[in-house]
Amino acid sequence: MSDTEDDASAKKFMFLTRKAPHGTIYAHEILEAMLICGAYEQDITALFIDDGVYCLKKGQDTKAINIKNFAKAYGAMDGYDIEKVYVDKSSMEARGLTPKDLMLDVEVKTAEEIGRLMEEQDVIITG
Amino acid sequence: MLHLVNKSPFERRSMESCLRFAAKGSAILLYEDGVVAGLKGTAFADLALGMAKHYRVYALVPDLAARGFSESQLVEGITPVGYDGFVDLVAENGPVQSWV
Repeated sequence: MSDTEDDASAKKFMFLTRKAPHGTIYAHEILEAMLICGAYEQDITALFIDDGVYCLKKGQDTKAINIKNFAKAYGAMDGYDIEKVYVDKSSMEARGLTPKDLMLDVEVKTAEEIGRLMEEQDVIITG
Repeated sequence: MLHLVNKSPFERRSMESCLRFAAKGSAILLYEDGVVAGLKGTAFADLALGMAKHYRVYALVPDLAARGFSESQLVEGITPVGYDGFVDLVAENGPVQSWV
């Protein structure tokens, strides 16, 4: 069942990633928490702003830095019915990225739209 | 001497601090999240180009690859290096300052 919006017990969770992958553990921790939350069929929004947009960059290969490539697990979001995946327009532009550079289908949002999305949540988990 | 920058310029000011103090002609190595400071097409690309004119600037390829970028995406004048190059830079460039 994926109709979490109709489930009165489901809360609206936003998982907000603001850090680049691999240099720190923040993005990895948020992804893990989000997938766990997804297993409980909550209404989840995944949002990537600031350096968080780098997490979705295609073609990440961590073999040479000898750490696990956690970013592959972003591909598991779909399996947990996490379909609301948003990126910040100006964060993308500042980094010269377009949705074609990313590994997931995302929706590009403006800062104003993102501000409103934040207001709609029950819980925002961030790092 | 050698300056090390491992933080994204979008998140921290360490690259700008480094450039404020580093003597012209010294070596600067971008690694970990710092590699994004050397990429084409970003809001920092002009700064990176200017940096490469006054300093010997290097970027660590394994950290580029981990983030889904290739050495061809570095701005002109930045030299890609591997871990062996990192060791050589440390060995050959006197004191090392890490702008962590």
